[in-house]
Amino acid sequence: MDKINTIHEINALIDAGEITYEDVAMKYLDRIEDVEGKVDSFLKIMKEEALEQAKAADAATDEKPHSELFGIPYGLKDNICSEGVETTCASKILKGFIPPYDATVSSKLKAAGAIVLGKTNMDEFAMGSSNENSSVKSTKNPWDLSRVPGGSSGGSAACVAADEVVFSLGSDTGGSIRQPASFCGVVGMKPTYGLVSRYGLVAFASSLDQIGPITKDVTDCAIVLNHIAGHDEKDSTSVRKEKEDYTSYLDTNIKGLKIGIAKEYFAEGLNPDVEKSLQEAIEVYKSLGAEIVEVDLPNSKYALSAYYIISSAEASSNLARYDGIRYGYRAEEYDDLMDLYKKTRSQGFGDEVKRRIMLGTYALSSGYYDAYYKKALQVRTLIKRDFDEAFKNCDVLLSPTCPTTAFKLGEKSDDPLEMYLSDIYTVPVNIAGIPAISVPCGFDSNGLPIGMQLTGEAFGEKHILKAAYAYEQATDHHRKKAKL
Amino acid sequence: MKLTKEDVIYVADLARLEIDENEVDKYVEQLGKILEYEDQLNQIDTTDVLPTAHVLPVKNVLREDVPVPSLDREKALMNAPSQDKGCFKVPKVIE
Amino acid sequence: MEYEIVIGLEIHSELDTKTKIFCGCSTAFGAEENTQTCPVCLGLPGVLPVLNKKVVEYAVKAGIATNCNIARFSKMDRKNYFYPDLPKAYQISQFDLPICENGSVEIDVDGEKKTIGITRIHIEEDAGKLNHDSTGTYADNNRCGVPLIEIVTEPDMRSAKEARAFAEKIKSILEYTEVSDCKMQEGSLRFDVNLSVRKFGDPLGTRTEMKNLNSFRALERAVEYEAKRQIFEIEQGNKIIQQTRKWDDDKTESYSLRSKEEAHDYRYFPDPDLVPVVLTEEYISNIERHLPKLPWVRKAEYMEKWNLSDYDAEILVASKEIATFFEKTVDVCNDAKSAANWLMGDISATMNEKGISIEEAGFSPEDLGELVNLINKNTISTSIGKQVLKEMFDSGKKPSVIVQEKNLAQMSDAGELKGMVLEVMKANPQSVEDLRSGKEKAIGFLVGQIMRQTKGKANPQMVNELIKECMNEI
Repeated sequence: MDKINTIHEINALIDAGEITYEDVAMKYLDRIEDVEGKVDSFLKIMKEEALEQAKAADAATDEKPHSELFGIPYGLKDNICSEGVETTCASKILKGFIPPYDATVSSKLKAAGAIVLGKTNMDEFAMGSSNENSSVKSTKNPWDLSRVPGGSSGGSAACVAADEVVFSLGSDTGGSIRQPASFCGVVGMKPTYGLVSRYGLVAFASSLDQIGPITKDVTDCAIVLNHIAGHDEKDSTSVRKEKEDYTSYLDTNIKGLKIGIAKEYFAEGLNPDVEKSLQEAIEVYKSLGAEIVEVDLPNSKYALSAYYIISSAEASSNLARYDGIRYGYRAEEYDDLMDLYKKTRSQGFGDEVKRRIMLGTYALSSGYYDAYYKKALQVRTLIKRDFDEAFKNCDVLLSPTCPTTAFKLGEKSDDPLEMYLSDIYTVPVNIAGIPAISVPCGFDSNGLPIGMQLTGEAFGEKHILKAAYAYEQATDHHRKKAKL
Repeated sequence: MKLTKEDVIYVADLARLEIDENEVDKYVEQLGKILEYEDQLNQIDTTDVLPTAHVLPVKNVLREDVPVPSLDREKALMNAPSQDKGCFKVPKVIE
Repeated sequence: MEYEIVIGLEIHSELDTKTKIFCGCSTAFGAEENTQTCPVCLGLPGVLPVLNKKVVEYAVKAGIATNCNIARFSKMDRKNYFYPDLPKAYQISQFDLPICENGSVEIDVDGEKKTIGITRIHIEEDAGKLNHDSTGTYADNNRCGVPLIEIVTEPDMRSAKEARAFAEKIKSILEYTEVSDCKMQEGSLRFDVNLSVRKFGDPLGTRTEMKNLNSFRALERAVEYEAKRQIFEIEQGNKIIQQTRKWDDDKTESYSLRSKEEAHDYRYFPDPDLVPVVLTEEYISNIERHLPKLPWVRKAEYMEKWNLSDYDAEILVASKEIATFFEKTVDVCNDAKSAANWLMGDISATMNEKGISIEEAGFSPEDLGELVNLINKNTISTSIGKQVLKEMFDSGKKPSVIVQEKNLAQMSDAGELKGMVLEVMKANPQSVEDLRSGKEKAIGFLVGQIMRQTKGKANPQMVNELIKECMNEI
């Protein structure tokens, strides 16, 4: 049973007739039973439904060939809608909201036969880097329960790291998949903007949000991406593009692959253990025959500033619909309509969400639009240009995913700006709309996982998957497991 | 640009958030700090730089004018905190 | 008059599409509350809008028909404000790059022509409908997301008549281009008036806005009222306050809407969920080529081909339905003048009286053509024709059938008529004497007697001749 670990390993065991889908489901449900009390990955666990589906999967085994995700248990971030299943974004304001529709990724995974074990915890409305902004509870890092799992997809990363599911889906607006993947020692990918449909993903910042997989290894990442990528008529920003088989790029031969290193990503504030691991990774790449080149990303230091304006401005508008009229929470007492709005929203949203709504409203308000919002969109142009230039000289960019490893619960929760700095390496990728993956690349002196970020040009998933796979096959960081 | 108390009250009102006196000070401090950080944007020369609203050059995504079934009213209203007469109910609005 | 009234209009028109602007829900009017909604138009979390192709096409049509420049690049923006009829708390509209700009439309008031500038036309979504009673306010979201164009004019109008003429012109353009059904009773066409007054030669005064005027009459009366009100205020030495007012057509007065607690700060920004609309020359010229004939083109044709007066032609083309009805009628009877007279006279009067449209009149252009033919061939007289028309409205029967069934054909049998003429002349010797002594008027009395006896069916021409003929026989 120890071999039950990744999607491809489970499929091999099923094909060999060694285990059933029910065995698989039971294994994960038992594990949830054992460790969920410590980790707190989930907001909702769907045990009965999952077991029923697994039994049905066993009964259906003899029919047509199944997809690789058939009968595979996974975790769904609580900002992705699944018809009939409460979706709250870990916010009081959406308490009790039952979507009468599926997100496109949910229906795709349903069609593939994957089994949802539960909705995963997150920072409220995906705003945060530690999961401490969940209105329900804080998820803990499986490697050290006194530390945060990262965020906002903290639940999705923790449940994979804790072996509560085989894989999960998260969403990434400024690093919300990659940063928790890095903190929890798993693989997390933010695909190119427009590759995966956003339909049914509760919007935080529409021009930055993207759904992506969190998995045990790079092969699983490619498998899940195969199932969630693709054009969707319901999403105007989804791109029409020929379908690719991402597993076909998983190749250990990377001779001649050009890996770009930007000095801006190895600047002050970078934890020495993280830096050391990254240097070792660069050596691994050299030994595999990759070519290391230096590139410049001069405007990336402005990315965080631009990010907080753009994302907060969009959020202030996207979150205006939570007004207590059509769904979710409504204040119990109010005098009139204005009072209903104000009380509902003030009681329903947490501090960080309110702070960003305030910031975004301010940035869009009369007299400030040009100085903040328009300026941020112009800086976005400059950042994008930097990446365009860099990718003329390299296939992938290598950097740390985060400046540090997982920090202690409560350590940064009083200082919003300090917390924001955790996203300094991940944010430029969202600003430019390009893809990036975080893969485990070592451990710090406390035994906490370190993540390496590989970034590609728009729709260059194949390059980053290939580079990540080759590295993973040459190392064994991804095989280490958190002791719980 | 220095954020003032009046700014905070104005913005909270626009965003339909109720904040009390203590919170106003807290927001002035926290948002002020963030905006100070944001001021580095002003160091950048963006003359003649076009703003990027969309990272991808997608255009003209259009839908055919073909009706699809609507939600049953029951489903449309099922999440409403208050509903009556087939409608979402709110306190009386005086126009 | 000492004061000049300065008027600009904002006209909202619901487009005649089958589905809403960003989702596949039906736009049909009059459905039960909240039965034409879906996650998209209800603004549920996570759903996304996709723009209706026809909305772009219709907006471009309206733009071409109003001589606008069509934008090669336009985009959708969010206008943020809270209201219970706006599920997303923002309206998707267009801010700085509308789809049409810089157009103009010519109006005609009492024979004087004037060009009214069109600032812009943009596309946007309609809001829902709020029903109020003593227990609360009830939001019906069926109308949420119904596509609109907003036509914004320059402040070029100077009187209520001009404002009305412009509004009527826009209605006819939108009908001709089939962009909107313009059913005003269903709210498909709504007017907002921006109005200020000034002494001649002065700079523009402070303006007020009156919202949601739903009929031409309301528009005209609201303009007159507001102009008077502003002039009165100024005469009293008061300042005009910039404000939004609501017109009460029943009370024929307007009142200030309670000024909102905040200034309008809509925080427009480009909607990240929607991508730009980029139109090619080919797309635009293709729409231009297939644009239905516009009213002023038809008017010119009527005047040239059929010698109709400017006035008659203007009235006929004001409504597309009437113009089309008219053209089909002329196809049958080949007598444009008569067809025009019927349509502008008795038919229009009856329609007004019954409050119906030409489509609801119950007869076809072929029927009206036949009626004109019956008169022109002297089968019936014009006055009998009026009776037949009334019957057509009531029963929908063909004119020839009515004439036959009611035995209304003119008596043109000389033998039969002559007997009657002789009898009448014998019974009225005084009139015969008067006529003989040169009092021509007397003949009218005698003809009238015959017409009365024949219930109007006698051919008056023939009766006249027979009287003269019989003078010698008496």
